[in-house]
Amino acid sequence: MAMAETSRKGRRRSPLFGIAKKTGSTLLTIAVTMLGLLFVTFFIGRVMPVDPVLSIVGERATAEQHQAVFLELGLDKPLITQFLIYLGDVVQGDFGKSLRTGFPVWDDVTRVFPATMELATLGTLIGVFLGVPLGVLAAVKRGTWIDQIARVVALIGYSMPVFWLAIMGLMIFYGKLGWVSGPGRVDIFFEDIVPNVTGMILIDSIIARDWTIFWNAVSHIILPASLLGYYSLAYISRMTRSFMLEQLSAEYITTARVKGMSEWAVVWKHAFGNIKVPLITVIALSYAGLLEGSVLTEIIFSWPGIGKYITISLLSADMNAVMGGTVVVGLVFVLLNIFAELLYKFFDPRAK
Amino acid sequence: MNALRSTIFSTAVILAAGVSFAPAIAATPGNMLIIAAQIDDITTLDPAQSFEFSGSDVNRNLYSKLVGFDPANLDAGYIPALAESWTVSEDGKTITFTMREGVTFESGNPVTAQDVEWSLRRVITLNKTPSFILSQFGFTPENVGETIVADGNTISITTDKRYATSFVLNCLTATVGSIIDSQTAMANEVDGDLANEWLRTHSAGSGAYTLGNWKPNESVTLNANNDFFRGAPAMQRVIVRNIQESATQRLLLENGDIDVARNLNPEDVAGVSAVDGIAVDSELRGRLMYISMNQKNEILSNPKVVEALKYLIDYEGMQNSFLNGQYTIHQAFLPATYLGAIDDTPFSLDIEKAKALLAEAGYPDGFEIGIVVREAQERIEIAQSIQNTFGQAGITVNIQVGTGKQILGIYRAREHDIYVGAWGPDYPDPNTNAGTFAFNPDNSDEAGATGLLAWRNAWSIPEMSDATLAAVVENDRDTRAAMYEAIQREHQETSPFAVMFQKIEQTGRQENVQGLSLGGAITAVSYWNVTK
Repeated sequence: MAMAETSRKGRRRSPLFGIAKKTGSTLLTIAVTMLGLLFVTFFIGRVMPVDPVLSIVGERATAEQHQAVFLELGLDKPLITQFLIYLGDVVQGDFGKSLRTGFPVWDDVTRVFPATMELATLGTLIGVFLGVPLGVLAAVKRGTWIDQIARVVALIGYSMPVFWLAIMGLMIFYGKLGWVSGPGRVDIFFEDIVPNVTGMILIDSIIARDWTIFWNAVSHIILPASLLGYYSLAYISRMTRSFMLEQLSAEYITTARVKGMSEWAVVWKHAFGNIKVPLITVIALSYAGLLEGSVLTEIIFSWPGIGKYITISLLSADMNAVMGGTVVVGLVFVLLNIFAELLYKFFDPRAK
Repeated sequence: MNALRSTIFSTAVILAAGVSFAPAIAATPGNMLIIAAQIDDITTLDPAQSFEFSGSDVNRNLYSKLVGFDPANLDAGYIPALAESWTVSEDGKTITFTMREGVTFESGNPVTAQDVEWSLRRVITLNKTPSFILSQFGFTPENVGETIVADGNTISITTDKRYATSFVLNCLTATVGSIIDSQTAMANEVDGDLANEWLRTHSAGSGAYTLGNWKPNESVTLNANNDFFRGAPAMQRVIVRNIQESATQRLLLENGDIDVARNLNPEDVAGVSAVDGIAVDSELRGRLMYISMNQKNEILSNPKVVEALKYLIDYEGMQNSFLNGQYTIHQAFLPATYLGAIDDTPFSLDIEKAKALLAEAGYPDGFEIGIVVREAQERIEIAQSIQNTFGQAGITVNIQVGTGKQILGIYRAREHDIYVGAWGPDYPDPNTNAGTFAFNPDNSDEAGATGLLAWRNAWSIPEMSDATLAAVVENDRDTRAAMYEAIQREHQETSPFAVMFQKIEQTGRQENVQGLSLGGAITAVSYWNVTK
């Protein structure tokens, strides 16, 4: 708001001022989005017919013990007061304590989010590096057996329940073939050996130059990441194909071909060049989706990620934990959106 | 292409189900015990507050108590632990324990009578949920100065009246009876919390193990305490990893990545028992499965209806189908192996008899009733089986499924009709269950005795409550057992509880793992006798 007023008064507009204004309005968007998100999550959480006090004191507590914790949590106050208190704490960076784990929510979230991030990033990379070429190929070879195979691959990716594929994947590649390691991020007796720097074990083990643990972590992550990568591949390849088809039927492509351009240049330079912007949106959305954490994948692979954390917290009415997790996921969404917007400008001069 | 390959492989393996590749068996390190279990119920490891199954499993290995159980011989009952011996005063109210010499905490500090005094008083002062296990003997924050007193190397405990000595000692074997290193703990006290926050994530005991670390929902790591007074444990490290899925636990076990899998479902138990090198153990646990009928409901408050419903449960059918191997029929409120436990099973499915009883009660055409149940598979299946058999007598059952916390909220507020419940004993004395199934001195809403199952079901039983009280003060073991037997027989007949099953825990382990005791029905797991 303050920024807007200044701009009305200011006569000269330096480029620097433009950037400041843009940054200001972006920050404002983030703030409003996050406030809305907090508000909605908070009230949904409070109207759920679950007693958060029971999570703390347990089933056998007496009425007095129950009441003591009820008051300690401030649950006797009106909802709006509770929300304002919570908001005040959040602004100061205090997300409260998780009722279920007893740890500060921030500690919990910074422990579980890197695990999801590691998995989601690898999954998205697999999805992009396989999905985009597959989509382009399917569009170029439209109607051929290549297109058909691409369609079947994507269809299976869309329609197979993730838990089924996960369990089958484990049974085959871990149980029968022994090509990969099983559930968990590293073998159990390798845990807590490399110092925790980023929380992402692949990176931490590189920092520590512990190659045994690095390769062990690789053998653990490869299966769940491929699985998530497969789902993201299915989506990305279908979207790429349809974007490409649209471009390939455009007149400028015919013109380019008539001018004698090589097929490679027509496809990759002209057609693909034009689908970069919508493709970025698709990839960003798919990445954001994976960053929310895939609950079932995380449960089956015993992957201590944020999806599982939020879900279990929700089931035990641990609203502090749910809110903290939601804020992080929300923030990631918003940031990815902004990043995607910046990329548009890079790839498409018109967007400036 | 990766994806394509995985699909082809899945299909190929399903088609060629008989073909098996030789699994590359990895082995866990020889001095490490690695366990897969569901441990996401742990909220704290402070012995004065911890009250969940998984928390008890951890604490039993971190802390010693005045008296304890020998994992190799649970039937022997409590034996001396940190206390070497004890005497009971003539009026039966004071027990004086003499401390074992030469025992140290993990910090190296000696275990003294002062530490016992501090630890037990602390339970009463903090007044967390499990504190009732000790405060039921009349200890209050105000009187602990006189009732729990250290003197040299002895510690005296004075109860408000005479209780069966076995009752008091049994309670001291519970997690709240853990003896904490008071010096170390107090050095970590914050804002007068008696180290409640620090002990949540740290250990300061004299048990077989010390706490390496606890990552909520992920794992608990224990390191051996080689100065343990019963001898250094063979397993130098124990890691319990939180694995939710039975199928995942089974895969890990079959691949040799874990030594023990604690939450295998019946299909997976059947699967692993066929595998070479894997053994399955069955151990009877203390948990009971029951249904209860709220006496605030007019229909259910009719004794004939209650009796009829007890004949409308297919105990055998459930035991032999979806509960196979996991539960065994048990119809009294004391788990088998407890003092005074009875194995009478007066009820079985008898539709005709139930119909006759319902007609007598004035409901020849049945009625409509609700069952609340938490979303745990076996409990939902029990509710469905009951829905089916009740239906055969014309009773329409509406099942309401919710999360554990939701359903418990309804139950504690006495708003249910019928509740499908599980109950695990809190300490290894018959009063633990008698005091909740057969004790409800004040049935009014104002009493708010939400901890008592009889109160939750609005069952008013002044006389039975007196009988339960009388049993806790009876010092003759056989007489005491007989009193509980009598209470249970009456309870079976008249109570709005239909106790149905007792839990059997099936554990899959590598054959080389020996000496693991889960604690039977009376206590928690212990790792210090394990070898492999």
